[in-house]
Amino acid sequence: MMMEAPAREPVNFAGLLKDAVFAAAIAFGLFSLMLGLKTDQTLNNQMVLVPRPGLLATVVGLVFIGRFLIGYWQAINAGKIKKRKAAATPLALKIEKYGTAAFVGFLFVYPMMVLGTAGPSGAIKWIDNLGIQILIYIMLGWGLNIVVGLAGLLDLGYVAFYAVGAYSYALLATSEPVKEFMAGAVGPTFWPLWAFWICLPVAGILAAFWGVLLGFPVLRLRGDYLAIVTLAFGEIIRLVLINWVEFSGGYAGISSIPRPSFFGVPFNATESGFAATFGLEFTPIYRTIFLFYVILILALITALVSTRLRRLPVGRAWEALREDEIACRSLGINTVNTKLTAFAIGAMFGGFAGAFFAARQGFISPESFVFLESAQILAIVVLGGMGSLLGVVIASILLVGGVELLRELDFLKAYFGDNFDPAQYRMLIFGACMVLMMLWKPRGLISVREPSVFLKEKKAVSSDLVKEGHG
Amino acid sequence: MSMTEKAPLLAVRGVKTYYGNIIALKGVDIDVHEGEIVTMIGANGAGKSTLMMTIFGKPQAREGKITYDGRDITRMPTHEIAHLGIAQSPEGRRVFPRMSVFENLQMGASVNNLAYFDEDLEKVCAIFPRLKERLQQRAGTLSGGEQQMLAIARALMSRPRLLLLDEPSLGLAPIVVRQIFDVIREVNRKEGMTVFLVEQNAYHALKLATRAYVMVNGLITMSGSGKELLSDPQVKAAYLEGGHH
Repeated sequence: MMMEAPAREPVNFAGLLKDAVFAAAIAFGLFSLMLGLKTDQTLNNQMVLVPRPGLLATVVGLVFIGRFLIGYWQAINAGKIKKRKAAATPLALKIEKYGTAAFVGFLFVYPMMVLGTAGPSGAIKWIDNLGIQILIYIMLGWGLNIVVGLAGLLDLGYVAFYAVGAYSYALLATSEPVKEFMAGAVGPTFWPLWAFWICLPVAGILAAFWGVLLGFPVLRLRGDYLAIVTLAFGEIIRLVLINWVEFSGGYAGISSIPRPSFFGVPFNATESGFAATFGLEFTPIYRTIFLFYVILILALITALVSTRLRRLPVGRAWEALREDEIACRSLGINTVNTKLTAFAIGAMFGGFAGAFFAARQGFISPESFVFLESAQILAIVVLGGMGSLLGVVIASILLVGGVELLRELDFLKAYFGDNFDPAQYRMLIFGACMVLMMLWKPRGLISVREPSVFLKEKKAVSSDLVKEGHG
Repeated sequence: MSMTEKAPLLAVRGVKTYYGNIIALKGVDIDVHEGEIVTMIGANGAGKSTLMMTIFGKPQAREGKITYDGRDITRMPTHEIAHLGIAQSPEGRRVFPRMSVFENLQMGASVNNLAYFDEDLEKVCAIFPRLKERLQQRAGTLSGGEQQMLAIARALMSRPRLLLLDEPSLGLAPIVVRQIFDVIREVNRKEGMTVFLVEQNAYHALKLATRAYVMVNGLITMSGSGKELLSDPQVKAAYLEGGHH
């Protein structure tokens, strides 16, 4: 006989609904590419993308209903199951462990997959606009994560270091004196081919230097005050770039920045070009794929360095500094050096990303380094969950990828008229996402922090019961 | 008590400390000898914590001199003082709330680059069995008493010669206060650790003390052995029977 269990707790429908919406959102993020879009061939043998909103909506809807039902089933069986879950490793850590390897593997085959499905001309958009763009933000997010997530220094001007990196590369690579000097020293073809590889570390070092330069005056500031000064710093860099026309070209920016070569082999249609050297037919896709791998490796280096640093004394000192500066000092930690290294290392990765950005675009102007960029990078770190590398990845895919996807929603014009541009709603959607996140997951998507050290087995350090901000 | 003629481990001489233009310490003299528990009692705002912080170089004394083990540390930056073998459990505990207990203890041992970490961890766990149970827990989720234990344990992890404790009984239940004071006594007896203790809880602090000072408005008004001060009528009236002044 079906009987109601006696004295059962009421089912928390709001919580179930919340879970279901969250699962649906993840499903949307996952399937929007996999199912929402299909490549097709027209009669003219052209590759076209066919959006499949109906299928996508169905799948997302199924996930929503499924998650709700599972949650409901768990809730009514809660008494029988007896909270065994508490002892198990939290899901987030499991995802972090296995998901990371799978995801990195996926990234390495991603260009090939896209190339295979969309063909050389269709793939550029997917690799460049989506892949490279997201990876740049992942890298910036990971770089800023060192400053904000680990050291707890709220930096609203991170884009300044991105700009320093970009302009360092652009100015050095296009500078006539450097070109002439290099031409005299190692031959005329050397500099255009190798400029990127030589300037990349230089850009990182210069950005780190500017990080220290910003760090010094703000050593005594924390929280809101620090945020305001860093915000100003970001604006100062941008305004200098706009107004110091002789130096940076002002609004006009810098154009014809040399593109990276394949370690000395240029990506062009000439006989010494990449395609000819490797016996391939020339298409611009090779450069794009190469750029994808360059930023992928740069981003992985950032991740590797920040996970390694967290286990070193300096990483522990950063985290302790975030928690309590006075206690840090009384434990013998040099807070000045600790803060400056955080600023410098965070800025360095921003600089690398900037140099890459300049090389990929071939053109930069101050327009690319507005405050909105800083805000977006910070939003990625905060949404992802401060200190979580995987969270940054998910947030970048949602925020950057989401905006790119809005551009694909042209079919909506059928309903809303020809003037409807979904991409214009991105700030609205962005804002709504932020509000929802702060309501439901105020610590970000991945809020469980893996301890940097553990005794016998890994256990997550739960974020519950600890106040936000200063803990 | 045999008072040898050795130079004190910590000597504070005529120290004046200001916050801006406001004077907080008006010329303080204090001696802490090796192996002693020295207590300073005083009312709110007397300058006890300021003295503690001045010893640690933040804020620095404007006048006077502080020597530790014969070295002048008056103008030394805080983190360097910590490397000399002085450890502090600061007022309000100040554990790192989002780091685990284990990580907090690691931070304490970072002065020695974790050289004696495993050994000292065991020792600290023996002193505070409660912490052992909670090594993986976030420090912010500990109770007030446990956080105080952690703050003391973290200070012990640096293997200090001199332990500065600022109001370890603050906001704790009486039974926990007794536990904490027992531990202080134990550390002093077993390890011979020198302790300088600043307290408002005069009764417990004086019972524990080898010697004690009374501070009023930035000046030392009285000093003597713990027992002497406990039975002093003025101290009794002002600090032991309630009713200040």
